[in-house]
Amino acid sequence: MNWESWIIETVSRALIYGTPMLLGTLGEIYAERSGVLNLGVEGMMLVGALTGFAVAMRTGHPWLGVLVAGCVGAVFSVIHAFASITLRANQVVSGLALTFLGMGLSGVIGRAYEGLPLWSKLGKVSIPLLEKIPILGPAVFQGQYPLTYIAIGLAILMWFVLYKTRIGISIRAVGEDPATADSLGINVSRVRYLCVMVGGFLAGVAGAYWSVAYRTAWSGGMTAGLGWIVIALTIFAFWNPLWALGGAFFFAAMRVLSFRLQAWLPPELLNAMPYILAIVVLIVVSRGTLQKQMGAPSALSLPYTRGED
Amino acid sequence: MKMPSWIRVERRPAPSALTVLTVSLGAVVLALLVAGLFFKAYGVSPLRAYGFILKGAFGSRLGLTETIRRMIPLLVIGVGLVVAFRALFWNIGAQGQLLMGAVAATGIALFSGIPDLLLIPAMFIGGFFAGALWGIGPAYLKVKLGINDVITTLMLNYVAISIVEWLVYGPWKGITQRGFPRTDRFPDAAILPTIASTRIHWPTLAIGLTAALVLFVVLKKTRVGFEIRVVGENPHAAQYSGISQTKITILAMVISGGLAGIAGVGEVAGIHYLLQNPLSISLSYGFTAIIVAWLARRNPLAVILTSFLFGVLMRGGDVIKVSLGLPFELVDVFNGLILFFLIGSEIFIRYRVRFGVRREAA
Repeated sequence: MNWESWIIETVSRALIYGTPMLLGTLGEIYAERSGVLNLGVEGMMLVGALTGFAVAMRTGHPWLGVLVAGCVGAVFSVIHAFASITLRANQVVSGLALTFLGMGLSGVIGRAYEGLPLWSKLGKVSIPLLEKIPILGPAVFQGQYPLTYIAIGLAILMWFVLYKTRIGISIRAVGEDPATADSLGINVSRVRYLCVMVGGFLAGVAGAYWSVAYRTAWSGGMTAGLGWIVIALTIFAFWNPLWALGGAFFFAAMRVLSFRLQAWLPPELLNAMPYILAIVVLIVVSRGTLQKQMGAPSALSLPYTRGED
Repeated sequence: MKMPSWIRVERRPAPSALTVLTVSLGAVVLALLVAGLFFKAYGVSPLRAYGFILKGAFGSRLGLTETIRRMIPLLVIGVGLVVAFRALFWNIGAQGQLLMGAVAATGIALFSGIPDLLLIPAMFIGGFFAGALWGIGPAYLKVKLGINDVITTLMLNYVAISIVEWLVYGPWKGITQRGFPRTDRFPDAAILPTIASTRIHWPTLAIGLTAALVLFVVLKKTRVGFEIRVVGENPHAAQYSGISQTKITILAMVISGGLAGIAGVGEVAGIHYLLQNPLSISLSYGFTAIIVAWLARRNPLAVILTSFLFGVLMRGGDVIKVSLGLPFELVDVFNGLILFFLIGSEIFIRYRVRFGVRREAA
């Protein structure tokens, strides 16, 4: 194979594989920016994957499946929001419980859908004209799922909202210093609830991408740890949607390459990279000014009660 | 939230042991009630299903021994987690520490050439150190650089999975396994003795029970135990009274990671007799043990009870799968629900709800 088609295929497949990572990470970034750590991503994705598959199969409309999967993901995430925001329960434990519950529920209910074919799947598209550009065209604009472009657009939009709008300032204020945000009249609980639900929605959509577009089938536990990569990516991206854009496709490219480079590099090493790099990032940003600019939101995983500090 | 004036929520000064027990039990029962709806959805009466689970777990010799076999790793890991949680260290990485213990045990069993008699002790020691090593890293990063322990321990789980996969697909792939990704079978001297013809590998169980007892006493009666409690309950006080947070956190993680490593030794040397696909070695023991430790409310002795309870549930999953044709994933639903009801119930421990109009103190 010549190097051109090698690059084209790697990039093209990285885009396909990185899309659910990006969607999930964007959602987790919003949740964590508002101060809520949600370790339930894997569970929310599985619930979304099953919902998307079931709706697409029964109605014949894959897009409806994706949409409903997002909504169900958002509703499902409210359990975590209620426990961690309203009941002020420990967010680590609550997130793990959400993963258990999501894995269990989707496994139990999904039993009836196991191994069924999906006729109405999400098709691939090519962008006219742009697909004619040499190398870039076939790599990026040919044979991709529309959700990939939506995810990329969303990353830019969510970056804009987070850094350039009042809403974004509120979200970051709530995650950095909820007491001050509260005194400025921002409803801390409401912002946190909404951000967790954004996370749930996008995790649900990411799951549906898996079952309605990428695999076009349902099997229990099919996301196979994708939700945990999202947790790693959120850190790797310094809680910034634009960095998530790069990070998701970078990790996805490594996954794709891990098959390619098998002869020279153990694929397991490349598979472990997201997790190792997440730890490296935490070490790098653990000091001084970097911590303030690029570190975790200060109030991450701390419940907030008015008048209690 | 606006409450009507005849309901008051007030902080409970120090919850009594009875309160804690009642509330915890209540949470578990409520969770099982809600989970019962799933049986109903499957057209199985919840009573009948729970009857099956109880009969499956206690009704026969096989049932009881399988329950205990499931309980062993949960007990060993859970006791360690209690210590870590007490020192306010969020060890979510027992899964990875277990796997590293399994790796060490496998390496020693297959390649060390240690004399037969010393082989099993060497495996346990090696497993302890491997698990401890996997736990010390995050402890060090937390106390020295302030890095979030939840994330580092969680991430290391997946690094451990990759290491095991690399080993069983690569350098340690067994020559007698016809290409399957697993190591050769352990020599007989490296296989743990079991009670009669059961799968209860009693050395691991004994280590777990001893650890529960010893750590209970250590936490309650010794200076180190006192220091662990202070670091966990009031880090500032610890600093002023000259307790080294670094020392205590690392010690807690040596214990917690080491015990998880021992659980890994037990699984490969007592159940599988080889190293293979990491997920079938660790199952979800490392995560389930978090619930076990949480339910035990920071008491190592109580872990004996709670790990048994989850042994029953895991065994119950096997039973309802075989005899009622229900999916094993119901166990995950149980786990999730119990955990949610537990953390939800915490509010009843920290606060109490009073009915009736407040009588002003004269």
